[in-house]
Amino acid sequence: MNVITMLALGLGAVLGLFLSMNAVDSGIYFHGMLLVVFCVGFAFWIWKRNGNTGGPADPNSVVDYNDDIIRLGLILSVFWGVIGFLVGLTIALQLAFPVLNLDLPWTTFGRLRPLHTSAVIFAFGGNVLICTSFWVVQRTCRARIAGGWAPWFVVLGYNLFIVLAATGYVLGITQSKEYAEPEWYVDIWLTIVWVVYLLVFLGTLRRRKEPHIYVANWFYLAFIITVAMLHIVNNLAMPVSFFGAKSYILWSGVQDALIQWWYGHNAVGFFLTAGFLGIMYYFVPKQAERPIYSYRLSIVHFWSLIFLYIWAGPHHLHYTALPDWAQTIGMTFSIMLWMPSWGGMINGLMTLSGAWDKLRTDPVLRILTISLAFYGMSTFEGPLMAIKSVNALSHYTDWTIGHVHSGALGWVGMVSFGAIYFLAPKLYNRERLYSLRLVSTHFWLATIGIVLYASSMWVSGIMQGLMWRAYDSLGFLEYSFAETVAAMFPFYVIRALGGGVFVLGSIVMAYNVYRTARGDIRDEKPYITAPQPAQA
Amino acid sequence: MADDRKIDEFSGVETTGHNWDGIEELDNPMPKWWINIFYATVIWGFIYMMFYPAYPLISSYTKGFLETSERTELAIELEAVKSSRAIFVAKLDAATLEEVRNDTDLFNFALAGGRSAFSVNCSQCHGSGAQGSFGYPNLNDDEWLWGGEIEQISYSITHGARNTDDDDALLSDMPAFLRDEILSADEIKDVANHVLKISSQEHDQAAAARGTVLFEENCAACHGEDGSGLSDMGAPALNNGIWLYSGNLDTIVETVSNSRAGVMPAWGGKLDSATIKQLAIYVHSLGGGQ
Repeated sequence: MNVITMLALGLGAVLGLFLSMNAVDSGIYFHGMLLVVFCVGFAFWIWKRNGNTGGPADPNSVVDYNDDIIRLGLILSVFWGVIGFLVGLTIALQLAFPVLNLDLPWTTFGRLRPLHTSAVIFAFGGNVLICTSFWVVQRTCRARIAGGWAPWFVVLGYNLFIVLAATGYVLGITQSKEYAEPEWYVDIWLTIVWVVYLLVFLGTLRRRKEPHIYVANWFYLAFIITVAMLHIVNNLAMPVSFFGAKSYILWSGVQDALIQWWYGHNAVGFFLTAGFLGIMYYFVPKQAERPIYSYRLSIVHFWSLIFLYIWAGPHHLHYTALPDWAQTIGMTFSIMLWMPSWGGMINGLMTLSGAWDKLRTDPVLRILTISLAFYGMSTFEGPLMAIKSVNALSHYTDWTIGHVHSGALGWVGMVSFGAIYFLAPKLYNRERLYSLRLVSTHFWLATIGIVLYASSMWVSGIMQGLMWRAYDSLGFLEYSFAETVAAMFPFYVIRALGGGVFVLGSIVMAYNVYRTARGDIRDEKPYITAPQPAQA
Repeated sequence: MADDRKIDEFSGVETTGHNWDGIEELDNPMPKWWINIFYATVIWGFIYMMFYPAYPLISSYTKGFLETSERTELAIELEAVKSSRAIFVAKLDAATLEEVRNDTDLFNFALAGGRSAFSVNCSQCHGSGAQGSFGYPNLNDDEWLWGGEIEQISYSITHGARNTDDDDALLSDMPAFLRDEILSADEIKDVANHVLKISSQEHDQAAAARGTVLFEENCAACHGEDGSGLSDMGAPALNNGIWLYSGNLDTIVETVSNSRAGVMPAWGGKLDSATIKQLAIYVHSLGGGQ
């Protein structure tokens, strides 16, 4: 196994060198060199570990779990989270105060915006998904993760993908497809990493000592398989040169648009929803110490969710050149998706029955619970905005941004924070978190931040949409575009403020995780379980 | 598996008997309201699909009972707007600008349409309130580069200035006095001081005195002896407080040294004649119309 790994890494290093030496642009030169550094560094590190692919965090563990790798994933998740949120705050401030673009090509909104979206979705979200999926699949299968160095390659290779993508954006390398900006060679690298991820996950499921596969693993598996399919189809491209960054997408015109939003919407559906429902289905019942509310509901909402989600993409292209019939399908399937989405929220919230009192004493459970509330809210708002007549008002406005962030900060962010707080003490074999009071501080900062963000974007989005379509009594447009931009300024400032508060919360989390890793316990007033009510 | 089933103490519901890392599942039925709303949305979805274009066929698609499409809806809406304005537009096309100003209804229509067309087409450079900005004339004030009469405004809009797509574009060509080596840097400074003087600003008296002669020799032909400008030549007045490129010494020196030659597109080919009339009337009404 070691020989094959080393051989593959050697080949990778040679390929990187070859690309760099023949590069026709500086992007490929730089990225080829990064590949060399990655392969050589990884090989050296494997050699130094001397066959130790990782063991359980708890020395008394019966199963030889690989927790070292999850610990790395946890650190990367927290790191990319803070970075991604900070870049988001930067571009929010740029929208309010354009001077912050600094007049440098590398720091303009156009380059930092994909840096922000990729950093939060793929770097933060992706690392959270990979590391929690490795924890959950091992625990719920009672088996060590499959493949010796392969899971390490998944985590490290995935993070190389992030570095390639992020540095590419800043240098101006993009194929201009939203949430799929990286160029062809980065896409190929991600495909390799993703196939290994799928094999590691399937291999672990095969090793399971439990008779059944837990529902969290269905969601993780649906996420891994669908993302692979979406990624490959949406990124089919022909490079101009095999030693240059530029490529042309195989699809053109409205077909390209449809495939792009089939990809884009299902990145939301399978990356940010299915994957994170996998997190929810493990960490909520674990933290609440209650059984999942309904097995049947989990089956029905799983299959209806994955069957319906895949058709909903065309609602991103209402009132465009996309044929009417495709728009109708996108809209109706989005409406039908409402209850399947809510199935996850119901199952999560109802799991808390019998544990509601813990919300007072367990801020981690509080974070997980509010994530479900935000999930329910944004999966109601989504179908609503997919209705064509609503979309006619909301499309291209900040309402969309508000919707995305109530889902991304509220659902994806919060459920991730909950999982991180659950994992941190276990991965470092500590008795408990450094501070539960700081978790509560994080909870409030994040919640206030989201509320400021979402409500300001709702107001500005609806105002923007109404101003765009305002006509006077003679049927003439009421406002110029610049007037609508000027009117949004105060809301942009409030949004940046909300974002800033949210970032602050994530820094509190990073500090809490760091101190937990060090094994410190904060001297603070403990949460006390409420006394039992007196018998009547 | 059935053997592991047990009753959950809190809810009294049976579990499914599975256990993963301590996680169990209750055997609750799906909530009634949940499944019913789900069915309702599915039924609604299929009914909607019966009425609107929905299913792709080999070379076409099902049109739906309503037999409508976005294109027809848009055509209907555009037609409605068009017909609601038809009378005004016809009158506008036929009338001269002077006649429009004497017909109150037509004038108000033209004003509203002009304001809207201005927002969409002109505000990018001239500002939402037509206040202008550095290099883009303010259209509210009394100073006009090419004349402020309504016909002149209409001509400016139709043909633009110094563009390459309209042969009748307004054209004035102020020399770049330094770049073209007509005057030296020192001389330009002197001329600029003269301009400061006639526009009643603080200036170097000696330099301004030297500049007076230079101004008469080089500038007066277009800008006039007293610097009051000449709209036939597109030469702005220099003896007041209104500036296209601000009136401080450094900016005036820059303007004289390298010239400016701002460009305005010709809207004649882009907007129809009724819209241009509306724009001319609107701009003329802003306060500075002559």
